[in-house]
Amino acid sequence: MKFCWFNLMPWPDLPDDFRETNRSVWVDIDSKLFDPERANEVYHTYMDQLEYAEEVGFDGIGVNEHHQNGYGIMPSPNIIAAGLARRTSDAALCVIGNSIALYNPPIRVAEEFAMLDCISGGRLVAGFPVGTPMDTNFCYGQIPALTRDKYAEAHELIVRAWTEDEPFAFDGKYNQLRYVNCWPKPIQKPRPPVYIPGGGSIETWDFCLENDYNYSYLSFNGYKAGHALLERYWDRVSELDKDESPGRAAFAQIICVADSDAEAEELYAEHILYFFNRCLHVHPGFSDPPGYRTLKTIKAGKLDQLRKENQEIFQNLTWADLVERGYVIAGSPDTVREQMEHMIKTLRVGTVFCLMHMGDMPDWKVRYSTQLFGEKVMPQLKDMWPELEDDPRWWPRPQSNRVRHADSIAAARLPAEDPRPSSGTGLDINE
Amino acid sequence: MSELNVKRLETRNGITGEVLTGGTGPALVYLHSAFGVQSTDRLLQKLAKHFTVHAPVWPGFGPDETETRIETMLDFTLHGWDLVDAMGLTKPIIVGHSMGGMIAAEMAATAPKDLSELVLIAPAGLWVDQCPVPDIFAMLPYELATSLFHDQELGEQLLTAGRNFNDNEALAEFMVNRARQMGTAGKILFPIPNRRLAQRLYRVAARTALIWGASDRLYPEVYRNEWRSLLPAAREIVIPDAGHMLPLERPSKLTKAILKALA
Repeated sequence: MKFCWFNLMPWPDLPDDFRETNRSVWVDIDSKLFDPERANEVYHTYMDQLEYAEEVGFDGIGVNEHHQNGYGIMPSPNIIAAGLARRTSDAALCVIGNSIALYNPPIRVAEEFAMLDCISGGRLVAGFPVGTPMDTNFCYGQIPALTRDKYAEAHELIVRAWTEDEPFAFDGKYNQLRYVNCWPKPIQKPRPPVYIPGGGSIETWDFCLENDYNYSYLSFNGYKAGHALLERYWDRVSELDKDESPGRAAFAQIICVADSDAEAEELYAEHILYFFNRCLHVHPGFSDPPGYRTLKTIKAGKLDQLRKENQEIFQNLTWADLVERGYVIAGSPDTVREQMEHMIKTLRVGTVFCLMHMGDMPDWKVRYSTQLFGEKVMPQLKDMWPELEDDPRWWPRPQSNRVRHADSIAAARLPAEDPRPSSGTGLDINE
Repeated sequence: MSELNVKRLETRNGITGEVLTGGTGPALVYLHSAFGVQSTDRLLQKLAKHFTVHAPVWPGFGPDETETRIETMLDFTLHGWDLVDAMGLTKPIIVGHSMGGMIAAEMAATAPKDLSELVLIAPAGLWVDQCPVPDIFAMLPYELATSLFHDQELGEQLLTAGRNFNDNEALAEFMVNRARQMGTAGKILFPIPNRRLAQRLYRVAARTALIWGASDRLYPEVYRNEWRSLLPAAREIVIPDAGHMLPLERPSKLTKAILKALA
């Protein structure tokens, strides 16, 4: 069983009247709300927390990509992951992921992920999301009806770039490259474990199953809502006659641990409500541009959110609602452990993305919750899927002689070592 | 007034689709906007009194599957000419509204000698930095009428064609159609409806008219001026109390304007 500590990196200073004064937290959010000098501290705090999670014993630390987004100030997760690669030694670096249809050419992703894998000594988990419509279509201008086609081409190019040993020509519809020659290449062979974040289309499931990629259901609606969807995923797994390794699925869950259930509410409620009421305030017109979703998905989908009178529905959620509906797993270590165990079993997930910093939660609360989870919850759940330990498909197997954080600090402080014989004077420029 | 006939046709490229036809007189090809066309549209019925109307339903806008072979602006333009060929027409009048105007203008620039007259009704295809076009792709159903009609209340009725958006089934049907139609339109209109038509407009040789609604909020006057500067020989007709969706909102006045343009 793998636990990945995840930070969305929200902006912590959205004003109280954010919903009234902004149409959307994403795409056209008021850019004056961003304060670059404040961001200096925010980025460091968030990266420190990710490093702390390794210390507490999490198997992985996770980052993702969003653009023009008040709850995710991480347009380039690779930059954050590069920082983490230097300052951590054991945790998997889960970049979930790069929206590969947005990179021109996407060989850039093959290169940067290879760099991260080399720097980290083979600790990369590579995520390839299709990307949200907000990021992909409205912020980065990709044509909705062609996004999936472009994604498919980018995926083919990246995997070939990683695995082929000779330069090759790639005559794609969106990318024409005469010489593809990925340099560097990843340590992990044939490639790092690949995770595909998705929302539930059958096409994505089949794509994961054909390639032995992990399907990561990333929603903020909690495990109770996630259960129905993942049940259909597991049905599809057996329909396609694949093995039922729990490594095939991952789930993101908001988790808050405290001394008692009452303390959890007292400490975390306001920050979780900040997240749901301000950070998820997305203009619905941005969430479904025509052409992005398949017709089948629309027919099956919920349409209530498109009605005028339903625009303010999330505003009225209370802490009790969120806990009751499973949006948040919160409480004492016992309460959390019990619900987590139930969740992991019923969803049959081999990886949980633990959302432990949410909204405007201050650092000390994040660390308190993280520490309690690491000490009192995680150890009792770690061995839930022993069959995963010997399965290389879903989690990195770092090289054993990798450079560790302590080594790199020591190396940086060493005085320069001059390899020349002490008697010589070095190069004679007249020679 | 009788509806137009629905015929099926197949282009040389093997793409099949419907065309709405009817009337007598010179051949007139009508290219619809991103909101589609129906045989009950009053504009087509009125035009059919003066012309033999041929209104192809663009792939993705009818019952047929979305066409993956039509993706780029050039694909759209050539498909327009393939339709003219498939309908057996020589040098027709080409009339296009909004997205259809963009396609019509591209067709006229690409094969300037193959049409007799060009009528552009509030065409898409140009972009003016100082006056960004409202983003119809990010609008909710209930927000559309504001940008598209002079009379919003009437616009809402026309747009929903009597459907009640509080009814889930009606809303689902609307959303599925919208996904197919606007998904197709997005290939040439998203995120910015500019596929560099401006640099090809100098090739347009046919007699051209520009028809515009005076209160078009999607493509306001700035756009009309931009078109006029790129097509200086074009005649201009402005219809008062009319928004962007002229064919729905002012079919009688639009018919008169088209007749005047072609007189």
